Amino acid sequence: MIFLQLFLVFSKIGIFNFGGGYAMLTLIQDEVVNKHHWMTVNEFTDIVAISQSTPGPIGINCATYTGYTAVIHAGYPTWLAVLGAILASISVIWLPFILMVSISKFLLKHSKSTAVNDIFSTLRPVIVGLLAAAAIMLMSKENFGDPSESPFVFTVSIIIFLLTFIGTRLYKISPIAIILLCGLAGLLIY
Amino acid sequence: MSVYTEMFLTFAKIGSFTIGGGYAMIQMMEKEVVDKKQWLTREEFMDTLVVAQSTPGLFAIDMASHIGWKLKGVKGGIVGALATAVPSIIAILLIAIFFQTFKDNVYVEKIFMGIRPCVVALILTPCISMARKAKLNKKNWWLPVATALLIACVGISPIFCILAGGIGGYLYGKFVHK
Repeated sequence: MIFLQLFLVFSKIGIFNFGGGYAMLTLIQDEVVNKHHWMTVNEFTDIVAISQSTPGPIGINCATYTGYTAVIHAGYPTWLAVLGAILASISVIWLPFILMVSISKFLLKHSKSTAVNDIFSTLRPVIVGLLAAAAIMLMSKENFGDPSESPFVFTVSIIIFLLTFIGTRLYKISPIAIILLCGLAGLLIY
Repeated sequence: MSVYTEMFLTFAKIGSFTIGGGYAMIQMMEKEVVDKKQWLTREEFMDTLVVAQSTPGLFAIDMASHIGWKLKGVKGGIVGALATAVPSIIAILLIAIFFQTFKDNVYVEKIFMGIRPCVVALILTPCISMARKAKLNKKNWWLPVATALLIACVGISPIFCILAGGIGGYLYGKFVHK
């Protein structure tokens, strides 16, 4: 049953999400694209693009959209997909909320403790790896084009990738502006 | 206006006007909650940051629910969390319904062919800024490398890596690096 699965998967994603919305992308991709095949790599990448250019926390945007798409793909009508989207978004929130309410006093008291510091001293580098994995998994034929079948698409994709990287790192261009520019480039070039 | 309505409107505003995720929201939240509404002192706000950083979940939602909870208990927390999420949910739903009808359009596909490689590069940017914050050095550089390879190439679950990272750090601190 798709709704129960959505609830379980997104509750799991919520409670294991350390390191913000981008780290959550790795979890979503692993569950939703690789394990449950609720959507393709292409669709997932499109959803990330849309989530980045809409207001609000990127993790919620992504959960809402994924919930919607998963239910549509399972063959249900739009109004059920809307319910699926709301369910996925709430599922991400509820467990961390309960945890926060129950342990925040304890955490504030012990935030300088060595145990908490020890845990985060390795958890933070691991999350860097998690983010890198998200990028590596998205560097696929589906997103960049096949170098042997469509060398033109592949070349253009690599150029867009490098320009975006340089543009955001060196020139601090906002992500939303870059996304719009790349969309325009795609429309004109292909 | 009841304090719940006021809280809902404030957090919904924060949720509606910050593009680009949780960290962009902190500044706006600080301005609204500390300076304008004076619900928290600056010090209490910093405490909220600590809690949000060390509990799982989305940063902005964690912050909003913690602030709401501090003000009005569990009910306040729920109002804070929902208010931050609701504008996103509505906006994304409208886009999703709209996009579903247009996604097979030739021009839309061309636009997204341009956007996809750009998104991959955009995901690398927070990875680099996170690497700075994580204080990578000679002793721990292999952790992110191993994690990325295990997840992307071997297919190990990211959840397993998070658990291993947390437990490993705890044990290492307790038994090796006293």
